[in-house]
Amino acid sequence: MIHEFKKVLKTYAIGMLWLLGLLWPLMGIHPDGTLTFVNAFKVWLGILGVTFCGLLLYVANKSGSLNVITRPLLDTREKINIASSKVPFWVWWLIVLAVALAFPNFTTRYAQDIAIQVLIYICLGLGLNIVIGLAGMLDLGYIAFYGVGAYTYALLSVNYGISFWMSLPIAATTAAIAGCIIGYPTLRMRGDYLAIVTLGFGEIVRLILNNWMTLTNGPNGILGIKAPAIYLPIFEGGLSFEYFYLKKLYYLYYVALALAIFTIIAVHRLIYSRIGRAWESIREDETAAELMGVNTFLLKLLAYAMGAVFAGLAGAFFAARMRFVSPESFTFLESAMVLCMVVLGGMGSIPGIILGVGALIILPEIFREFELYRMLAVGLAMVVMMVFKPAGLIPAKRVGTRSEEKEG
Amino acid sequence: MDYFIQQLINGLTLGGLYALIALGYTMVYGVIQLINFAHGEFFAAGGYMGVILLSFFAGLGYIDTHPFLCIGASILLTMAYCAFLAMGVERVAYKPLRRASRLAALVSALGMSIFLSNGLMLTQGVFDKAYPSELIQGGFEVGTVIVSYLQLVIMGLTILLLVGLNILVFKTRVGMAMRATAQDKIMSSLVAISSNRIIAMTFAIGAGLAACAGIMVGFYYGSVRYDMGFVPGIKAFAAAVLGGIGNITGAMLGGLIIGMVEIFGAAYISGQYKDVFAFIILISVLYFKPTGIMGENVDDTRV
Repeated sequence: MIHEFKKVLKTYAIGMLWLLGLLWPLMGIHPDGTLTFVNAFKVWLGILGVTFCGLLLYVANKSGSLNVITRPLLDTREKINIASSKVPFWVWWLIVLAVALAFPNFTTRYAQDIAIQVLIYICLGLGLNIVIGLAGMLDLGYIAFYGVGAYTYALLSVNYGISFWMSLPIAATTAAIAGCIIGYPTLRMRGDYLAIVTLGFGEIVRLILNNWMTLTNGPNGILGIKAPAIYLPIFEGGLSFEYFYLKKLYYLYYVALALAIFTIIAVHRLIYSRIGRAWESIREDETAAELMGVNTFLLKLLAYAMGAVFAGLAGAFFAARMRFVSPESFTFLESAMVLCMVVLGGMGSIPGIILGVGALIILPEIFREFELYRMLAVGLAMVVMMVFKPAGLIPAKRVGTRSEEKEG
Repeated sequence: MDYFIQQLINGLTLGGLYALIALGYTMVYGVIQLINFAHGEFFAAGGYMGVILLSFFAGLGYIDTHPFLCIGASILLTMAYCAFLAMGVERVAYKPLRRASRLAALVSALGMSIFLSNGLMLTQGVFDKAYPSELIQGGFEVGTVIVSYLQLVIMGLTILLLVGLNILVFKTRVGMAMRATAQDKIMSSLVAISSNRIIAMTFAIGAGLAACAGIMVGFYYGSVRYDMGFVPGIKAFAAAVLGGIGNITGAMLGGLIIGMVEIFGAAYISGQYKDVFAFIILISVLYFKPTGIMGENVDDTRV
């Protein structure tokens, strides 16, 4: 343990000194010509304390000194795994579904609001997962499709009075078309170029929403979007229907839940389909995939469009839920948030992404007083995950079994 | 015609600044074939560090007695600071991922960029910070065309830095080592060039140039903001691609062209959409000629 610790200590010490050197000029040089050291040192000591504990734990865990604690934990986890695998998979699903259905009956408005956000971001995360996790293309302008979906419903509702349910497929279609328009010129590129071009496209969409005053009302946004409505049957005096607006969060929660379940099932089916396998082959090696007869261009375009569809659905719901849209909701930082959810949970893994979404929405709510540090933590999480655990918290399982796994 | 010349001068100034930022992208891409997403943040950090130092000198009272000395010292210290920052960022977020997949490296770079811009926000506040623009005031008129001294200073400094960089890269041993690393890392390490050191140095030089651009942008627009690195970062990247990524002369040329297009687009087509022109150039270059104006043939793994 001591030996391992010595090895990392030098790097760690240099790193912390470097941090101090960067932090102090930002915090300790004042416009009145004075230099202070206390503030910067306080912050630095805080960081030092936290990271040092982390380092100790990391080293202890690596050298096996923590076996006393981790071994029983691992054992119990193993036992739970074995016990849970005896229960069929669908039972777990039913339990989760039952909890999700009963959720708004026990909780306050506030919790329902957070739950709706989680569900919206599950749609977004899973949609982005198709593009990044399955097809392996880094898309940094993903939130643009969300914006397209939201504005589609907003404009249809305000200008033509078309209902939410009618607009949902239309929003999905327009988002898919936008995806194709953006995808067509960019898909010839790979990797980093694609990332920065999608980033550019995302910005262009936002600028258009911001500046096209006659259509989108610019930065002021669109007000007066209608909530989803259903025909409620009334049995008094024969059968008649009442046009009922689902304005309460309680009802909206179920709409969001339906949307999220639809997305989860659709993405699950896509992963285990021929198309999903083709996407994964493109991710692993595009040239080899093409050689094996995969139409890479068409499939990449499809991945883009499919990802956009889910964003469009989520966007339409977002517009219906807020009953107001403005370009401010569709900035690059939103894209980065969704990306971080996907990366944190594990690219390509559905439970992982749900976990990632939950972590990034619920944790900031719990730690309200640290709201300012949210994006800082997001950025840091992305770096740390990529350096230490690139597959994410719940890594994706391989689709199907390999021949050698079957034999063994 | 005077309007045209006026815009030409504005375009040259802005283009020079973009060229300075674009050099960082192109040099880093040259040695490790990775887009350094955090590069825009080095530029923003430079802008902030500049205003911190300048106001510090102002507080001490030196700025009235020796204005040019103070500005020069601020620029040099800021460049050093950003170089220091960039070397650390490289060590933390890029070096461990040198053998990982490109997607992992990109995500890590992006995370670093978000982290840095929010770090700036937390330490410096969300509001604009005013630059002491009154330090470099005035200008002269030729007909109706106005050339400010600030523009002259920016252009002069840009040219100085570009010439200096060219000498460094093409005339010195360090530059030769850099070019060797960019061409073939294994081969260059066989002849005792430490590729890690060269990569760190490339990051440092790129960040230093960006930092200088950050200070000048602060002077030019009168203020800095924590998220100011984002859009210029993309535009400078567009410039690097336009010139042929990995090519130093190309990045300078690309920066000038992007700056001109932006200014002329804003002047003659639409001011609201001025940010869009750079993106359109970027996309059309990537679509029609991915190697850029001066780029050599790029093999499949790079595009």
